[in-house]
Amino acid sequence: MLMNLFAEIDVSKLFGLALRTSISVQAATFALAAVGLNLHYGYTGLLNFGVVAFMAAGAYGMAIFFTQGWLGGSILLAIASGVVFAVVIALSIGLPSLRLRADYLALTTIAIAEVLRISFRSQRLLDFTGGPFGLPSIEDRNANVSFADVITVDWNPIKEGNYGAWFLEFDEKTLWVMIIGWSLVSLASLLIWGLMRSPWGRVIKAIREDEDAARALGKNVFSYKLQSLIIGGVIASFAGIVRAFDMGFVETQQFRPQTTFFIWTVLILGGAASIWGPIIGSMTFWFVIIFSEELLRQMVDSGWIPDAILQSNDIASVRMILMGIMLATLMIWRPQGLVGKKEEAQIDIR
Amino acid sequence: MVSGLKVGLLVALASIGLSLIFGVTGLVNFAHSEMVAFGAVIALLLESTVGLNGALFPLAVVLAVLAGGGLGFGLERGIFGPLRRRKMTNISLMVVSIGLAFLMRYLILIYHGAEPETFESFRIQSGVSLGPIELPAKDYFIIGIAFTTLLMVGLLLQRTKLGTSMRAVSDNPALAESSGIDVNRTIMWVWILGSALASLGGTMIGLTQVVEWQMGEKILLLIFAAVTLGGLGTAFGAMVGGLAIGFASETSTFWLDNDLKFLIALAVMIVILLVRPRGILGVRERLG
Repeated sequence: MLMNLFAEIDVSKLFGLALRTSISVQAATFALAAVGLNLHYGYTGLLNFGVVAFMAAGAYGMAIFFTQGWLGGSILLAIASGVVFAVVIALSIGLPSLRLRADYLALTTIAIAEVLRISFRSQRLLDFTGGPFGLPSIEDRNANVSFADVITVDWNPIKEGNYGAWFLEFDEKTLWVMIIGWSLVSLASLLIWGLMRSPWGRVIKAIREDEDAARALGKNVFSYKLQSLIIGGVIASFAGIVRAFDMGFVETQQFRPQTTFFIWTVLILGGAASIWGPIIGSMTFWFVIIFSEELLRQMVDSGWIPDAILQSNDIASVRMILMGIMLATLMIWRPQGLVGKKEEAQIDIR
Repeated sequence: MVSGLKVGLLVALASIGLSLIFGVTGLVNFAHSEMVAFGAVIALLLESTVGLNGALFPLAVVLAVLAGGGLGFGLERGIFGPLRRRKMTNISLMVVSIGLAFLMRYLILIYHGAEPETFESFRIQSGVSLGPIELPAKDYFIIGIAFTTLLMVGLLLQRTKLGTSMRAVSDNPALAESSGIDVNRTIMWVWILGSALASLGGTMIGLTQVVEWQMGEKILLLIFAAVTLGGLGTAFGAMVGGLAIGFASETSTFWLDNDLKFLIALAVMIVILLVRPRGILGVRERLG
C-alpha cells in the first residue's frame, strides 16, 4: 500500500516547487516585512497588528506617484514617496497611540490598516488609487504597461532569457526582482544588527523588558518607540514596493489583514528578537506551506484522499489553516521559534 | 432607522460574549467572530440537511445556540483553560486565538463552501405593516428575540448568583476567589454563555443577510468597535456600544457611500481607544 503511494507522488516536483517558493520574491518580501515587524515586536515589544498598512503605504505611495506622473514620473522619486507615505503612516499611528496598553495598540493598528485599505478601495479616490481595480488602470494592464517596467525592463542588467534549471528556472525579470528583494533583506538585517549593537538598541531592548525602568533611567520611552515604529515601518514599506514590482500592479486585496498574520507567523516561526529569525522563518514558512499543499494536491489527484474529505479546489484554503495552526502551536510550545532565544521571546507586555 | 436598530441589536448580541470573556479572563478573543459564523452555519446545516425548516426552524436555532455553548465549553476546557493555568500571558493567548480564528474560518470554507446562502424558510417574505413602518415578518421576530435575550442577559448578570459571581470575577479575580467564588467554574460559564450568545447573534445575522464563510471576518472589527466603544469587559457596555455602532454604520449610508459605512465603525473605535480607552461605561483601571 505504502509503496503504491510513493509511486504516485512526484517527489522531484514536490521539493522543486517548495524550494522555488522559499527563495522567491514572495519569500523575500515576507522576510523583509518580518524584519520590520521584528524591530517593532521582537525588539521594542510593540504589538503591531497593522504591518500591512506600511506595505500598502509603500506600494500605493509609489504607484500613485508614478501613475500620476508627478515631477516627471521618475521611479526613484516614486519609491521615495512610498517611503515618505510609510513614515507619515507611522507618525499618525504612533503619535496618538503609542501610549496605549499593548492590546489596545494591537486593536488600533489593525483598525488603522483596515481604514487605509477601505479608503484606497473607495470610489471617491478612484482617480488616484483605481478603487477596487488597483493600479495601473485596466487599460494599461491589458496593454501590459506597468510601473514595474522601468525596474524590470529598462534598468534590468540581466540579459533576456531563462536562468537556472529544474524547478529553479527563472526568467530575467523575476531573477532581477529576486536579487533586489533579497539584497534589501540583507541590508535591512545588517541595519538591525548594527542598531541592536548600538546604545540605541540597548535602550530599545530595555523598553521591551521594563518600560518603567527605562523611563526611570531618564530615557524618553515614547520617542524611542516612535523611532522604532518609523524605522520598522520603512523596512516594511519596501516589502510592499518590491512586491508591487514583482506583481506589476497593486490592488487592495493584497493588503487584507490576513497578510499581517502571515508575517506574524513568519516572524514567530523563525524566532522574534533574532537577526536570522525573519529570513529563516520566511524560507521555512513558504517551504512548509508549498510542500504540504503540493503533497495534498497530488494525494487528492491520485485518489489517496477521498473527495469527501478534501477536494482539489479546497487546497488553497489549507494554506490558511496551516498558518493558523502554526501560529497557535508555535505560540504555545515554542514561542522562541526556530532560532530565537527563549528569554528574549517571552512576551509579557502590559 | 428600524434597520439600524435591528443591526444594532444584533451586533450587541454578538458582542456581549467577547466583552464578558475579556472581563473575566483579560483575553481579547479574535476567534469570537468565528463563533458567530459557526452558529449561523450550524443553523443553516440543520435547516437544509437535517430538514428543520418551516415550523421546525426555531428548533434549529435552539440547537445552534446549544452547539455554540458547546463550542465555548470545548474551547475553554480544551485550549484556553489549560493554557491559562500554564501562566501564558494574555498577549500570547490573543495570538493563539488569531491562529484559531483562521483555522475555524477556513474549515468553515472547506466544509460549508464558498457560496453565500440564505435560510430557505425565510427567503421571501411580504412586508407586514405596523403603524408607519413596514418590515418583513421575520424582522419583528429578530428584533423581539434580540431584545428579550439582551434583557435576560442583563437580568442574569444583575439578579442571579451566577451573574453576581461573573461580575465579581471580572472586577477582581483574586478577591472573588478569596470570597469563596469558584473562579474557574465562573469562567467556564462565561465562555458557554458568551459563545451561545454569539451563535444566536450569528443565526440572526444570517437570517437578515446571508450565511457565508467570510461573515466572521466581516463582523470581527464591527464587534471590536462595539466592545471598545462600550468599554471592554462590561456586558452593558457591549450592548450600548453594539446598538450605537450598528445604528451609526447603517444610517451613515444616508450621507456616505455604501462602501464606506464600515469606516464609521473603525473610526469610532480608533477615536475611543485613543481618547477614552475605557469606553463609555468602563471604569478606569485602578493601579497599584
